[in-house]
Amino acid sequence: MKIAVCVKQVPDTWAEKTLSAEDSTLDRAAADGVLNELDEYAVEEALQLAEAHGGEVTVVSMGPERAAETVRKALSMGADAGIHVVDDSLHGSDAIATSAVLAAALDGKGFDLIVFGSESTDARMSVIPAMVAERLGIAQLTFAQRVSVSGSDVTIERVTDYGFDTVTGSTPAVISVVEKINEPRYPSFKGIMAAKKKPVDTVTVADLGLEAATVGQAAAWSAVQDFAARPPKPAGTVVTDEGDGGSRIAAYLTEQKFI
Amino acid sequence: MTTVLVLAERDSSNGTAKKTTLELLTLARRLGEPQVVWFGDQGSEAASVLGEYGASAVHVVGGQDMADHPVVPIVDVLQALVAELDATAVLVPSSADGKEAAGRLAVRIGSGVITDAVDISESGVATQSVFGGSTVVHSTVTHGIGIYTVRPNSVAPEPAPTTCGVIEVDSTVSEAAKSARVVERTVAGKGGRPELTEAAVVVSGGRGVGGSEGFEVIEKLADSLGAAVGASRAATDAGWYPHQYQVGQTGKTVSPQLYIANGISGAIQHRAGMQTSKVVVVVNKDAEAPLFELADFGVVGDLFEVVPQLTDEIDSRSN
Ligand SMILES: Cc1cc2nc3c(=O)[nH]c(=O)nc-3n(C[C@H](O)[C@H](O)[C@H](O)COP(=O)(O)OP(=O)(O)OC[C@H]3O[C@@H](n4cnc5c(N)ncnc54)[C@H](O)[C@@H]3O)c2cc1C
Ligand SMILES: Cc1cc2nc3c(=O)[nH]c(=O)nc-3n(C[C@H](O)[C@H](O)[C@H](O)COP(=O)(O)OP(=O)(O)OC[C@H]3O[C@@H](n4cnc5c(N)ncnc54)[C@H](O)[C@@H]3O)c2cc1C
Repeated sequence: MKIAVCVKQVPDTWAEKTLSAEDSTLDRAAADGVLNELDEYAVEEALQLAEAHGGEVTVVSMGPERAAETVRKALSMGADAGIHVVDDSLHGSDAIATSAVLAAALDGKGFDLIVFGSESTDARMSVIPAMVAERLGIAQLTFAQRVSVSGSDVTIERVTDYGFDTVTGSTPAVISVVEKINEPRYPSFKGIMAAKKKPVDTVTVADLGLEAATVGQAAAWSAVQDFAARPPKPAGTVVTDEGDGGSRIAAYLTEQKFI
Repeated sequence: MTTVLVLAERDSSNGTAKKTTLELLTLARRLGEPQVVWFGDQGSEAASVLGEYGASAVHVVGGQDMADHPVVPIVDVLQALVAELDATAVLVPSSADGKEAAGRLAVRIGSGVITDAVDISESGVATQSVFGGSTVVHSTVTHGIGIYTVRPNSVAPEPAPTTCGVIEVDSTVSEAAKSARVVERTVAGKGGRPELTEAAVVVSGGRGVGGSEGFEVIEKLADSLGAAVGASRAATDAGWYPHQYQVGQTGKTVSPQLYIANGISGAIQHRAGMQTSKVVVVVNKDAEAPLFELADFGVVGDLFEVVPQLTDEIDSRSN
């Protein structure tokens, strides 16, 4: 089975995130870049599927030069090869362009399964997997808390408001996973050493057969007009319970007209 | 007047329109004349309430076969109606299905898409609250029609009564939709309380609650306030409370008027789902718990002492 896993480099989870004053895009230089937390679960799921059914895992990422570290991280967890789409023209791409680039990078390579995280921690749109499925015209099996594969049949449990839906489709398919699905492995020392020798294909927008003018901030179909930091919340009142903690909350809630 | 399409969100337990639908109608009226797209039964029953909030028509998509395929049938119907009615904007709820449908529709009809809007102006400028609520962004769709997903509890629904016609949509399942099929639905919920993302008050519990029995204390407080119950991932992972009540990065995003967190430390992933709550109350026995940074009112103490006392006080005040 040929499996692809799409990973995004994002600012460190705990880092304060800001938009750049210059062009209103995420200030990626201001914080360390890490593998999007949810994509660790996607990599783990891809590796487990390959271990169970045989096959290769290819990591695919679109991002600036230093996103190469993120591709290496996934390789050190055990993936076999990488595709890194890097091109200055991609800066400021919207979801439309991002999904087009990923679809172009994935198309025609014979992937049976394309695994995603269900959300990035920076932009948090939760749309890219569905948009890539739309572009490739293949099954969308997303928000999975469980995945099982038997021959060309793929069955997932899709998390819903009321519990979950069992959804089936067949390969080729797009899958996105939620964090309940597995426990991502840590790269071993051996894995880290081996990752250095694994092949990573660095490709440009032109290599994918796309026009540079159709991606990036200037070509985006949505635009930021302005932005502002929300003024920090004034510090609240914190008291220590002296046997009256519950009553004091009740008094506060009455004052605030909740009761 | 131009037409604006609104995708209805139904309450999965009783099939009625969720409050989110009325919030979307309130925003849609600023942009044009809203018409609703309704999947499932009870669309004609809902017409009166939809009309009360300004919908001139509800397009009802019935039939189990449409419901048996995730997301794509919504995209198919929205695409057809955008073309037929020459709609100038589409508003959908920021649910998993809503966001995915919005993204696919944007690709299909060649439009930009904005997710998680908390407000939309007459001229179509969306307000987004990003990075855990620390930054407010104004953005617009610059190509095609405006496709927006809107967060629940962003605006107060305002009535604007009109007559709402009922139109049955003649639909068939497309080949694209057939590529995935729902074979079983599993309900793991706890009924009887307001829906988590819609509730005005959310009472939640974390690892400090100590077990599933401990959640009774949380539920009692919630019931005294007519609130929904939420949980941290530590609590859902331990199996103390069902997963769909998880608040946070990978759970639900809530922005109620009041959020009461009990025995929750305040990890960044938890904050991501509740940071935009209007008033935050925190009960934690550790004075250093990071969630106190967000508290409007906090009590350092044992939740098993503080919470029952609070519940009793509320019950006695409301009697
Ligand atoms: C604060 C903020 C708000 C934004 N709002 C909008 C908006 O309203 N509309 C809009 O069109 N654009 C918006 N953008 C731009 C948008 O973030 C990018 O287009 C982004 O690449 C896709 O969105 P996401 O990261 O939210 O993806 P999600 O849909 O949340 O990502 C889901 C999964 O897709 C995969 N994935 C995502 N990006 C990549 C990548 N570059 N390489 C490989 N795999 C990837 C990962 O597996 C990830 O887990 C916004 C950006 C920011 C920073
Ligand atoms: C990819 C990823 C996604 C995640 N998504 C989410 C998410 O969506 N939602 C989420 O919540 N977490 C999420 N997490 C987990 C998150 O990082 C934290 O681990 C989690 O929020 C901790 O839950 P907690 O605060 O209940 O537990 P803890 O951090 O263990 O805190 C328990 C608190 O209870 C207090 N306490 C104990 N006993 C009492 C008592 N008797 N009375 C009062 N206080 C008491 C303690 O002082 C402590 O502060 C995610 C993590 C990852 C890696």
